[in-house]
Amino acid sequence: MTISVEEVYETASMILYQNLDIRTTTLGINLKDCIDSDFKVFKKNVYGKVYSNAIKLVENARALEMKYGIPIANKRISITPVSLVMESHCTKKKFIEMARTLDRAAADAGIDFIGGFGALVQKGLTKSDRMLIDVLPDVLSKTDRVCSFLNVGSNVAGLNLDAVNLLGGMLKQTAEKSKNAIGCAKFVVFANAPEDNPFMAGAFHGVGEGDITLNIGISGPGVVQTVVKQNRECDLTQLSEIIKRTVFKITRAGELVGRELAAALKIPFGIVDISLASTTVAGDSVANVIEAFGIEKIGAHGSTLAVALLMDAVKKGGAMASGNVGGLSGTFIPVSEDEGMIDAVQKGALGLDKLEALTAVCSVGLDMFAIPGDVPEETINAIIADELAIGIINNKTTAVRVIPVPGKKAGSLVKFGGLLGTAPVMAVNPFSAKDFLKRGGRLPAPVTSMRN
Amino acid sequence: MEKELLFITVIGEDKKGIVAKISNFLYKKDINIEDINQRIMGDGYFVMTMLVDIKKSTIPMEKITWELEKIGKSLELRVQLQHENIFKMMHRV
Repeated sequence: MTISVEEVYETASMILYQNLDIRTTTLGINLKDCIDSDFKVFKKNVYGKVYSNAIKLVENARALEMKYGIPIANKRISITPVSLVMESHCTKKKFIEMARTLDRAAADAGIDFIGGFGALVQKGLTKSDRMLIDVLPDVLSKTDRVCSFLNVGSNVAGLNLDAVNLLGGMLKQTAEKSKNAIGCAKFVVFANAPEDNPFMAGAFHGVGEGDITLNIGISGPGVVQTVVKQNRECDLTQLSEIIKRTVFKITRAGELVGRELAAALKIPFGIVDISLASTTVAGDSVANVIEAFGIEKIGAHGSTLAVALLMDAVKKGGAMASGNVGGLSGTFIPVSEDEGMIDAVQKGALGLDKLEALTAVCSVGLDMFAIPGDVPEETINAIIADELAIGIINNKTTAVRVIPVPGKKAGSLVKFGGLLGTAPVMAVNPFSAKDFLKRGGRLPAPVTSMRN
Repeated sequence: MEKELLFITVIGEDKKGIVAKISNFLYKKDINIEDINQRIMGDGYFVMTMLVDIKKSTIPMEKITWELEKIGKSLELRVQLQHENIFKMMHRV
């Protein structure tokens, strides 16, 4: 079998000029076997299991980067939802100590984020779940690497509005306690959260998973943008075909690295998440892909169709390339982490309402967007509830990562720096849903869940 | 003995001495060239690919990469070294 010069060049230029990388290799670790009635022993077990596995992940990932000449941008850890393992140690002090233990284990091993400080509360809240939500403002503001999630709805359980109603206040407290409200960037609330998602901040190691699993997230907005630009005249069917072929190749690279890394670590290979994930680097923007389709600015009418086409093509290409597609496998359009999204908001092309519409056709949710700090907590809860209702009714994952920035008004700019980027503060509808949300309770599971 | 095949990709402007410099380095480190191709691409770039067997190499892959990068810098070219598996995975079903 010979590989042609053109094929070698295509791969090399994807890496050298189009920002192709393996976006994340995330090791899912079960912490249930670490539990001990002695909290000191419990913490020691957690630190030991996380640190020893994280070190191996970092070492082996480096070796593979060298072998294939492809950067592995992030090495991360996801763990069993913490509220589950803390049921018998349910005090505020112990929760914070556990968060610090996880933060230290990640830091010592050179891991930038550890996900899973969260809970599955789609049907109801245990004492431990409530405690976890209660300590989140402290955990998110006092640790650097610990990421948190809550799953508050699913298409078989409905939406736990009582849990949602706790979040606006929690997020506002977190924002007050952390510089530039950055703590909020480490918290994601989901409906239909996948248990094998490798992407932060919402990654966790599901209760249905084995002891340790390796999950991979690919990247590729720059690569897709390049092929779209090279094919300006083709119709939608052809455009879809071109994207499919490209994503097939990207996913295969992810599958290869994932399989080899799992084999080197002697653990099972989990999934490849084929989400297109933008970064703050120029030319690595999903918004720019949509714009290369012929949309003047993302957010313009026509953008929903464009996102639908993009995502469907990405999924078809990815599904052909790997038998292990999982995780979120949507597209991320985080406002602060995508230069095209930032520009669209600043130019007035994109507002919250259109962003919400885009999430209905397959992006994963309202991600990394800032709102004024004086938005009432009920309104934050309503933003979350609306977004999750889209997921529950349409049988898909949706999520919200919202940052209410104290003292900032719509139109101002907040710089988070690094991977988290810069967020233009977005205007929020000033009318209230307070009395509706006050009803509380649970949105019943939709009729589409009755399939048995 | 089973081979360990990697691709060296050289991208940039065509100039004298590219093949000479790289093949001389490979010869010194006991790395065998299995195949060699070059082309001017549609976008005007000169691209050369070499399929090499590093099974008997006297230095590890990491060092080969560094040395090739050095040669690339001296010639103002991008040089990449990648195991052949990635190309097989991406370009063959």
